[in-house]
Amino acid sequence: MLGAILGYPVYSLVRLSLQKYQLFELLQHHGVYVGLHNFGSVLHDSVFWHTLLRTVVFTAVNVGLTIVGGTLIALLLVRVSTWLRLLLTLGLVLVWAMPQVVAVQIWSWMTNSQNGVFNYILTELHVGNYFQHNWYETTFSQYSMVTTLIVWGALPFVAITVYAALSQVPHELVEAAQIDGARAWRVFKDVTLPVLMPLLLILTSLSIIWDFGAFTQPYLLIGPGQQVQSNYLMSTYLYVEGYGRTDFGRGAAISLLMLAIVAALSVVYVRQMLRVGEEQ
Amino acid sequence: MRLPRGRLGWNALGLALFAVMVFPVFWMLSTSLKNNDQINSFNPIWFPGHPTLNHFRDAIHRPAFWTDAKNSVIVVVATVVIALGLSFFAALALAKYRFTGRKLFIVLVIGIQMLPQAGLIIPLYVALAKHNQVNRLSGLILVYLTFALPFCVWTLRGFLLGIPKELEEAAMVDGSSRLGAFVRILLPLVAPGLVATSVFAFITSWNEFIFANTLLHDDQHRTITVWLSLLYGGNRFVDWGAIMAASTLIAIPVVIFFLLVQRRIAFGLTAGAVKA
Repeated sequence: MLGAILGYPVYSLVRLSLQKYQLFELLQHHGVYVGLHNFGSVLHDSVFWHTLLRTVVFTAVNVGLTIVGGTLIALLLVRVSTWLRLLLTLGLVLVWAMPQVVAVQIWSWMTNSQNGVFNYILTELHVGNYFQHNWYETTFSQYSMVTTLIVWGALPFVAITVYAALSQVPHELVEAAQIDGARAWRVFKDVTLPVLMPLLLILTSLSIIWDFGAFTQPYLLIGPGQQVQSNYLMSTYLYVEGYGRTDFGRGAAISLLMLAIVAALSVVYVRQMLRVGEEQ
Repeated sequence: MRLPRGRLGWNALGLALFAVMVFPVFWMLSTSLKNNDQINSFNPIWFPGHPTLNHFRDAIHRPAFWTDAKNSVIVVVATVVIALGLSFFAALALAKYRFTGRKLFIVLVIGIQMLPQAGLIIPLYVALAKHNQVNRLSGLILVYLTFALPFCVWTLRGFLLGIPKELEEAAMVDGSSRLGAFVRILLPLVAPGLVATSVFAFITSWNEFIFANTLLHDDQHRTITVWLSLLYGGNRFVDWGAIMAASTLIAIPVVIFFLLVQRRIAFGLTAGAVKA
């Protein structure tokens, strides 16, 4: 029975992707088999390829910032005084616990063009004149805000798990390397990193899956009414094309392509990294 | 005591990081307690002078706040109770007994967690429409179970595997029935696991946005998370005080429960990678 609950959505997705299933079919509860037509129409649509490219770049930037940033925070946690470590951990857990929709509302308020505190701070820090700057005008600027929001929310999980794994790094080895005069970077690369590698691989795969499918943050922060061809991500693309325009067959085809890409991305990456690890 | 060389610099960096990370949460709280003049000021006022609870009062008197909060509670409680009941027995079967298709089941459990949720909007919407479950809380509960069950089964299985079989057997040798052994020996040992999984199911279904937003269509049936997302209405003359107050109210239960089980969730997601 459990197997049915779990397998049904995927089975239904495959079936839908091979059907014409629009408002009429939805009311009839019955789709019309059209073979690979939906896939053909999606793959011949330049919007799909642009969206895919945008999503890949978006995912790479977000995952990169999250993993590198989270690891740096974990390394910092080891070096600060105990009271500060506790304080920082508490702060990180607090951030981690913030519901996504709540975080989106905070971001909307902080970055609003009227009197957002973000513009104020940037101006005061002499980064430039951001007085009443609108962050939601261009696609790049929209996604720079979405990225700060997602990375902020994702850092705590990475930082805390990597910090836990750092306790596995053999102390004697680090000290021996330091006595031998190894620089901090070499100690990290040759002693710490190999120990962290299995965990970092898992965290990277998880982050790829989460960020590639990110929906709530881009959809709400940019605005439900502002999802257009020029700023689609895969998730918002399939949402608007499939659900918004009630073309479920086409939406299912996009979903399936997206799921296949996510699966391929994480599998290829993990295997590649494992091979590199063995060669060294 | 003198601080080791370099520690001072790291501490300064750590404090700066703390300030940056926590600032958004602080800003939410601070805004929710300010009056409108302070909120709309062009130069930000960092701490609320004369804090006021007006925005909280305003938020809970907004249309549909209580209806949608009640909806959220119904969905969350139903999801947690059903998920826990079903997954406990599924986990028991997985951990204690061997059956055909066991491997396939485990692959499915992990696989469904890897799927991006946005990719499942379409098939689930169509399936629920077929059975007249769109714009109904029962339909949403069904969807949440799909996502909660795999995680609950997986986590509980981990807890059950940690219990030595001898303990259970010893109890039965002493004359307890299978049920007696279960209640007196097994249950207390898995209790922490049950608490952890139910809190996890609680948090994910309370926070969930994508499906609630897609499957529920009117004020009478929305969950509180979707209600909050609709409080935003453009860039000008937005009532940020009420939005931040409502955000605070919705985040509080999550933060409390999250603090309780944070360690276990972190471990569950990366189990096997870190040998603690």
